[in-house]
Amino acid sequence: MKLDVLKDGLWHNNVVFSQMLALCPTMAVTTSGSNGLGMGLATTAVLVCSNLLVASIRHLVSPQVRIPVFVVLIATLVTVVDLALNAWLHELYKVLGLFIALIVVNCAILGRAEAFASKNTVPAAALDGLAMGLGFTAALTLIGLIRELLGSGTLFAQASLLLGPGFRFLETTVLPDYGGVLLMILPPGGFLVLGLLLAARRAWEARPAPRAVSPAPTSA
Amino acid sequence: MSDGLARLRLGLSWQGVSLGLMALLASAALAIANDLTRERIAAAEARDLQATLAQVLPAGFADNDLLADSQRVGDAGGERLVYRARRSGRVVGAVFQSAARGYAADIVLLIGVDAGGSLLGVRVVKHVETPGLGDKIEIGKSKWILGFEGKSLASLPAAQWAVKKDGGAFDQFAGATITPRAVVKAVKGGLDFFAAHRDEILDGAKAK
Repeated sequence: MKLDVLKDGLWHNNVVFSQMLALCPTMAVTTSGSNGLGMGLATTAVLVCSNLLVASIRHLVSPQVRIPVFVVLIATLVTVVDLALNAWLHELYKVLGLFIALIVVNCAILGRAEAFASKNTVPAAALDGLAMGLGFTAALTLIGLIRELLGSGTLFAQASLLLGPGFRFLETTVLPDYGGVLLMILPPGGFLVLGLLLAARRAWEARPAPRAVSPAPTSA
Repeated sequence: MSDGLARLRLGLSWQGVSLGLMALLASAALAIANDLTRERIAAAEARDLQATLAQVLPAGFADNDLLADSQRVGDAGGERLVYRARRSGRVVGAVFQSAARGYAADIVLLIGVDAGGSLLGVRVVKHVETPGLGDKIEIGKSKWILGFEGKSLASLPAAQWAVKKDGGAFDQFAGATITPRAVVKAVKGGLDFFAAHRDEILDGAKAK
């Protein structure tokens, strides 16, 4: 059960690659690997909290009003996180500030509240939030890295702004003096990369199964 | 107990009450969070402003607290807040904002000038230009913005206050012309503003 939840979040039911949710933040922030990572981590934190809260009040909320209740809950949570980060972790807020406001419109959060947290126990919901969040983070970072590599020839540029000076080693210039492909940085690049990754995933999943047991030939 | 709750949950009044209670709790949480963080956020923003003010002036240029020494100067498009830099009481420079329309929205700059009208520093305070293209105007991403230092209306003729593509003196970026064009325009506008109100700003009277 636990393993299934993890596998679902990371691969089988991945927010971006399988559920095709949260495409707005996906297109908007994945212009670099660091941006994708920042948005992913911020979303993961909110997703875990919102799943926890939704699961703990699931018996009190009647089905008819559950959606407005979840919406109010998530919007409040994001606003409180936004204010708290701004006040106590102001340096981090300056990097993540843009992403946090965008989390409110991330339909994956409401999606998980509705599809999973409102029907499961608190620990399971927290695990689901973590798995979905990490899957989202992985997807955003991957798309960001591909766009960044093709668009500006670097990987994880400015990662130290996001993660601290200790992570400067991540910042690599793969192609020095690279003119850059503007298209990859602009929104169309996001659609192109996402489309190609989806095609690759389909091809991987549709690959012929290893022929351990070959089916008996049927006579025509 | 669980049965009772289940039956109660079906009632119409439960829905209204639970929704109302949720809204009440949410408002309370927001009010408390706002109250707890307001002062810290204001302090952090003042620190940020101070740090940016320090960036557009050379180290040791002023010996006063710029945040405490501001003045509103009337201008054609309203009025601007001007921070005065003093050394032993005399006004030796000024810092103020200037904006011009960029690719997506206004690009807001903070400009530091000395008493003679030469640029001491320019920094971008706010912009929503395309990441990876127009954001090279940020000091964290490119040194381009440093190219303004030392320039003044006297050192460059009016026609040279443009990007190279338009026959001016400033580089544009590959793939982005609108953004640097707007920044050059905003800097020029700031210098024009300073030239027009120079006496008023340098007067030094401690006006609030």
